[in-house]
Amino acid sequence: MVTICDSAAEAVADVADGSTVLVGGFGPAGMPFTLIDALIDQGATDLTVVSNNAGNADVGLAALLAKGRVRKVVCSYPRQVDSWVFDALYREGRIELELVPQGNLAERMRAAGAGIGAFFCPTGVGTPLAEGKETREIDGRTYVLEMPIKGDVALVCAHRADRAGNLVYRRTARNFGPVMATAAATTVVQVSEVVDVGEIDPEVVVTPGIYVDRVVVA
Amino acid sequence: MSAARTKEQIAAAIARDIPAGSFVNLGIGQPTLVADHLPPGSGVVLHTENGMLGMGPAARGGPDDPLDPDLTNAGKIPVTALPGASYFHQADSFAMMRGGHLDVCVLGAFQVSVRGDLANWHTGEPDAIPAVGGAMDLAIGAKQVFVMMTLFANDGTPKLVPTCTYPLTGLGCVSRLYTDLATFEVGAGGVRLLEAFGTTRDELTERLGVDLG
Repeated sequence: MVTICDSAAEAVADVADGSTVLVGGFGPAGMPFTLIDALIDQGATDLTVVSNNAGNADVGLAALLAKGRVRKVVCSYPRQVDSWVFDALYREGRIELELVPQGNLAERMRAAGAGIGAFFCPTGVGTPLAEGKETREIDGRTYVLEMPIKGDVALVCAHRADRAGNLVYRRTARNFGPVMATAAATTVVQVSEVVDVGEIDPEVVVTPGIYVDRVVVA
Repeated sequence: MSAARTKEQIAAAIARDIPAGSFVNLGIGQPTLVADHLPPGSGVVLHTENGMLGMGPAARGGPDDPLDPDLTNAGKIPVTALPGASYFHQADSFAMMRGGHLDVCVLGAFQVSVRGDLANWHTGEPDAIPAVGGAMDLAIGAKQVFVMMTLFANDGTPKLVPTCTYPLTGLGCVSRLYTDLATFEVGAGGVRLLEAFGTTRDELTERLGVDLG
């Protein structure tokens, strides 16, 4: 059952210290800026953040990092031209990094959302990112065992929701949203607009409302 | 003897070798130049791993066509979508690679080994912040991996090597190597020189210290 929240503050009010938070976005595209700002105000700390990047400039995820609320980042591409907040924390040893190939990051969350216990994947075989992981040869090819990544909370940015929580996204801002929405115990979505049920064609729904817990217009 | 190739000439050579109608991913940086050399009507469809097939040229911006922050490529640069484009989420985007649906990807590299091992994500220096993005998935996922790079580093060190010393991106994944001075085939059978530019087979053999097949 989806709740249409009056404010972003209400939508993230119960995020607990120590939570694993899945944060959508590929750089700024699809980044749930309003929800992150609300999470900063809410004050939860000691967080593990799973996101493709580790923040850009001084806004969004970077602002959350700058407040010292994040213990660990699980991501594929932290180092960017404007990732100075993460870079400084990392060099000072104040933040932990688990580097995950981008496809594995997505698939590990997909597995969590789909109830898959683990999966064998060819990505990273023979590289430092597969060190210490179980491998298996299947039909002559070597695969690495990858474990699911499950979130306590997902913060996602979509374009439009209906009152049943069905979502559509906008262009490449879709990126991690649909996968993260499936992989968290509680999925919170910011959208540009909420429409009545029936106003989104069921044929074009990308994230069905079963995966969505709270929606707020931002 | 022809001269060493410019970046544009390398990109044009790669574009000529991409079969018409291929689904292609062009890596961040120099490989994106390849798009400018694909002939009109080639039917090549560009994939960008952040979630689109049918990617068009970089967006120009302007009053009639403002840059759209929701439409970017893997380098986070605003781009356009061509007629027939599609959007999809990250798990689908990488399933297209791993599932063997992508025909070609073109990547940059720090080092490529004669057996086709690729090192392109991390210098391994202690103070370097590692970042991998989609490189490892692309390297093992695309049916053919082309590498575009200079053959020697700025200090003269060969980047085509017997064994990679930088941290690996993928094992035996590169099929072809396009450089300023030569084009090579690499793989399980070792390296084979296909064409040299501004140099000779003997010079290359001596400078690289490997058997060029």
